[in-house]
Amino acid sequence: MSDSNSIADPAELSRTANRLRFEVTHMISRARSCHVGSCLSVMDILVALYGGVMKRGAGREDRDRMILSKGHAAAALYAVLAEYGYFPAARLEEYLQDGSPFIAHTNTFGIAGVEFSTGSLGHGLSVANGIALAGRTRGRSHRVFTVLSEGDCQEGSTWEAAMFAAHHRLSSLVCVVDHNKIQNYGRVDEVLGLAPLDAKWQAAGWATRNVDGHDMAALLETLAAAPFEPGRPSALIAHTVKGKGVSFMEDQLKWHYQTPTPDEVAAARLELMS
Amino acid sequence: MRTAFVDELMSLARQDPAVMLLTGDLGYTVFEPFQAEFPTRYVNCGVAEANMMGTAAGLAREGFKPFVYSFIPFAIFRALEQIRIDICYHDLPVTIVGLGAGYSYGDMGATHHAVEDIAVARSLPGLCVVCPGDPWEVRCATRALASRAGPAYMRLAKRGEPIVHALETRPEFHLGRALVVQEGDEVALLATSNMLSTVVEAARKLEATHGIRPTVASMHTVKPLDADYVRRLSERCRAIVTVEEHSVLGGLGGAVCEVVADAPTRCAVHRIGIPDRFVHVSGSQGYYREQCGLTVEGIVTRTAQASRQP
Repeated sequence: MSDSNSIADPAELSRTANRLRFEVTHMISRARSCHVGSCLSVMDILVALYGGVMKRGAGREDRDRMILSKGHAAAALYAVLAEYGYFPAARLEEYLQDGSPFIAHTNTFGIAGVEFSTGSLGHGLSVANGIALAGRTRGRSHRVFTVLSEGDCQEGSTWEAAMFAAHHRLSSLVCVVDHNKIQNYGRVDEVLGLAPLDAKWQAAGWATRNVDGHDMAALLETLAAAPFEPGRPSALIAHTVKGKGVSFMEDQLKWHYQTPTPDEVAAARLELMS
Repeated sequence: MRTAFVDELMSLARQDPAVMLLTGDLGYTVFEPFQAEFPTRYVNCGVAEANMMGTAAGLAREGFKPFVYSFIPFAIFRALEQIRIDICYHDLPVTIVGLGAGYSYGDMGATHHAVEDIAVARSLPGLCVVCPGDPWEVRCATRALASRAGPAYMRLAKRGEPIVHALETRPEFHLGRALVVQEGDEVALLATSNMLSTVVEAARKLEATHGIRPTVASMHTVKPLDADYVRRLSERCRAIVTVEEHSVLGGLGGAVCEVVADAPTRCAVHRIGIPDRFVHVSGSQGYYREQCGLTVEGIVTRTAQASRQP
């Protein structure tokens, strides 16, 4: 595993992201599982982080940390970790097999590179706070990234955590919201609206930016610019599309749940790998 | 108990740079010396307990040993999922320190009563549940928990509790091991948390007025319970009486019943504790204890009855 990133080529990373989108679609289909839409929306963010922005290296003290608060996108994280050499890609076949560590929600036990187990929303940012505070107390300079869903942003605990990070000026902390506009049971605007989401983070004391969460060059540039303001944690609202990259899955609620059939996996492959 | 805890924690923090103290905006006039001596290892997290537990988990993941302090209901119930997932599932060395056992804050109302906490904490895999019976036990437990690997919950009463274990008769303290206060005959009185001194007094009275000398032990660790000790008692006693300022469901009494149910014995278990209901009127700790028979008289009467039953 390389432990630092040379200057990343956005086009190359975008191709990687699409290849991993196919991998994840295949994993979820094979396991007859769900959340494919969430995995596809977050993929560019994760590839930008692991392929371009983060200092990698499982177990290294100075590595950047990443907590996937939206633990239901675990399959996407597993595929990204395999891609960047944390474990052999063949192990992805264990996904959801009985007795395997590859659980549907992010699991740290037995999987190199997974910093923390998640799955219940609203936990990741607090844990990231603790990691960032530990780093600062020890005078370390690593950054702590956390990726949130809209569901995370509806949990009160996330806003407790947001206040804490701003109050304690945890500037090593970068929170990316995968803002794909669809949640479990409908459109976010119809269920429990978050708008104005960037203003909420701003008001909580975070330096906040918006980005097209599928524009790899913009993601790399914005993430690399964190902290956006000295002495403040950084929030990046990444505007994404649920099911991104597979035309018949894009912006469709049902792909929060539905298992892709083998035919649909084949169709997704054509779109993603062409 | 609170003062004993802070004193001990400060001496630990001097020896171990990993020890931290997080509080949910409680501990006024108590934590100031810790804050002054260890400013970077003290965090008042504000009234945001869920975040405090998650933050503690993150700190522990990075090698710190956070002690997280609040009133029991806000520590255990408010932040239960963070305790369950972030701390217990990850088996992290976080010690949750709750103040206000049972009706310690009686007149503050049901929001501040802590009568189901042991049951809830005991149900979480890997969580050590420690309910010290006097300030000396608090010191011992604090010290033991700081050098332990996994998560723990320590239940404190309030302040001003008497010292039960006199200096010259103090046994050795071990987490998970019953502390025998006195050996007796066919009845055993098992106390946990802030009922210990009342139980010791009741035992004296039983001997003086009824001629019954019960075995008395402090079950400071409710999980892992000293099951061997309970099993041995059940083999030689007619009755075990458990006493706790906690619901009769799922606390010490429940834990003892679970052990005795599996033991080949006819020993009866009598649980003295709080009935399974809320209270909706104002009351002092003494008033509520009276209502539940958690008094010297109540314990004497129940134990005398228990010892007479065939």
